[in-house]
Amino acid sequence: MRNVYVLGTGMVKFGRYPEKSVPELGGEAALMAMKDAGVAIKDVEMFACGNLYQANAMVGQRILQQVGQTGIPVINVSNACATGSTAFREAYMACASGMYDVTMAVGVEQMGKQGLLGGAGGGDPAYGTEGKLGSGLMPAVFGQAGIEHMRKYGTKMEHFAKISVKSHKHATKNPFSQYRNEVSLEDVMNARMVGYPNTLYMCCPTGDGAAAAILVSEDKLKQLAGGRKRAKIAASVLTSDPYTDRDLTLPDVSTLTRRASKQAYEKAGIGPKDVALTELHDCFATAELVHYENLGLCGDGEAAKFIDTKGGCHPDLGGHAPVNVSGGLLSKGHPLGATGVANICEVVWHLTQDERAKERQVPNAKVGQAHVIGLGSACTIHILTV
Amino acid sequence: MAEEAQATDSGPRPIVPFLKLGSNPHLEGQKCSSCGAIFLDAKRVACSKCGLTGTLKPIPLSNKGKVYVFSVVHQSFPGIKTPYVTVIVDLPEGVSVRSNLIDVNHEELQKDPKKGFDMPVELVTSVVAKDREGHDVVAFQYRPSK
Repeated sequence: MRNVYVLGTGMVKFGRYPEKSVPELGGEAALMAMKDAGVAIKDVEMFACGNLYQANAMVGQRILQQVGQTGIPVINVSNACATGSTAFREAYMACASGMYDVTMAVGVEQMGKQGLLGGAGGGDPAYGTEGKLGSGLMPAVFGQAGIEHMRKYGTKMEHFAKISVKSHKHATKNPFSQYRNEVSLEDVMNARMVGYPNTLYMCCPTGDGAAAAILVSEDKLKQLAGGRKRAKIAASVLTSDPYTDRDLTLPDVSTLTRRASKQAYEKAGIGPKDVALTELHDCFATAELVHYENLGLCGDGEAAKFIDTKGGCHPDLGGHAPVNVSGGLLSKGHPLGATGVANICEVVWHLTQDERAKERQVPNAKVGQAHVIGLGSACTIHILTV
Repeated sequence: MAEEAQATDSGPRPIVPFLKLGSNPHLEGQKCSSCGAIFLDAKRVACSKCGLTGTLKPIPLSNKGKVYVFSVVHQSFPGIKTPYVTVIVDLPEGVSVRSNLIDVNHEELQKDPKKGFDMPVELVTSVVAKDREGHDVVAFQYRPSK
C-alpha cells in the first residue's frame, strides 16, 4: 500500500435543506472539494459515496449526474453512522492499492426532522418489541453505555452534562455547525429527559448535510498540490463488533472502538499523547465520555477526572487533548452519511491551517484523528498527519 | 395437519419465540455445547462466539436474575407509553436479556442509579397486544424479586 493524501475538502453547512435534493447537497460538497483540490471531475478516477436513507437509490451515480458523468466506477456505501467514513476508506483503499491516483469520497444525508427510528420490519405490529421488551432506541442504548460507566466508576450525570456544555461552546466558533448556541450546565441538566441520563442537549440533532474529499497518491500530490501543505492518511481502520458476552443486549461500543484504536495507533506508529485533536462520535454525551477512555485520551476509569480538568476542551478555553472542537455531533449535527467525511474535513483543516478552521484552529496541530461508530456494528478511525 | 391445528389454536402467543408460555412461563436459550455461549434467537446457523455449527442445544433459563444496567425512556415511538425503564438483566446461566423493569420508581433510579445495580429481579408475563387474528400477544417483564 502506498501513501495517500487528502488534496481537497468540501462541506455544506449542516442544517435543514428541505428545498434541496440529496444529489444536490452531495454535488455541492463534491464541487467544493474539487475546487479546493484544483481538479475537475474528469480528473477523478473512482468515487465512493456514503448515504443511508436512500441506500437503494444509487446516490453516487445521481451525484455524478449533477457534477459530470465520466463513466468512472462508483461504490455506494451504507454502514450505519460509519457510512461516510467507510466511503472515505473505500476511496483511500482504491488509491492506496495503486489502482487509481485520484479518488473522491462524498458523504451526504437528508434526514429532515426524522431520527434513526430503526427498520420498519413489516409483519404484524403486535409483535413489535420496542417499549415492550425494553428499548433499542439510540438515546436509551447509549444511555445504558453511560450508566455502565457510572456503575463501574461512580461517574455522575454532571460529567456527561459538562461534555455537552463544552461542545456547545466549541460550536460557537464553527460556521459549519447546525447549532451555534452556548448552553449552561443548568440548561443541560434541566433540559427535557430523552433517555436517562441523556437530556435533550446531550443528544445530537437530526438534520441534513454533505461533505467531500479528494484523495491522491504521493506522485499525484507532487504534481497537483503546488507546494500547499496537505494531510497524509497515516491510518485507516475499520472494525466490526467482536463477540462479547452481553452483545445480544448491550452493543459493545467500547470493545469495538478499543480494537480499532489499537490498530490505528499501531498503523500510524504513534500514541494518544501525539494526537493534537480528536473528532469522535459523540452521538450522545454518554458516548463521548466512554470514548475518551476507549481512544486512550485518559486511563480507564479516569474520564470524569479528565473532564473535571478541562480535558477535551480547546486550548483557548484552557483545555488539553481537545475533542470535537467543531462542536461535535451534539452541536454540529449528525446527518448520518455525511458525518464521517465531515469529521475528517475538520481534522484536515486544523492540520493544514485551512482558513475554514480559522477561529477554532488548534495551534501546532500535526496529528489528528477522526472516529466514528455505527450500530451495529462498525467502527472507523482515521489518523491524519502533516 | 399440524399447521391447521396451529392456525386454529386460540391460545396466547409469545411476542418472541424464546419466551415459552404454559404453566411455567420462562425463557429458552440455545447453548453452544462447544464453547458454552448462550443465545436467545433460536434460528441461528452457527455459534457466533466460536463459529461451530451444529452445537446449539435448547436450555431453559432461570426466571431470576440481577439488573446490570438500565435507562429510563422518556421519548419513544407514537403509541408507546412513557416513561418506562429499559433494563438489561444478567441471568445465572451467563446470558443477558433486555426487557422492561416494572414496579420500580423511575425517579428514584434517576436520582440514585446505584439503587438499580445488581437489583434481584424476577420474570413476569403480561398480555401487551392482540395480533391480527385476535390472539393475545404475551411479553415478559422483570420486577424486583419478592
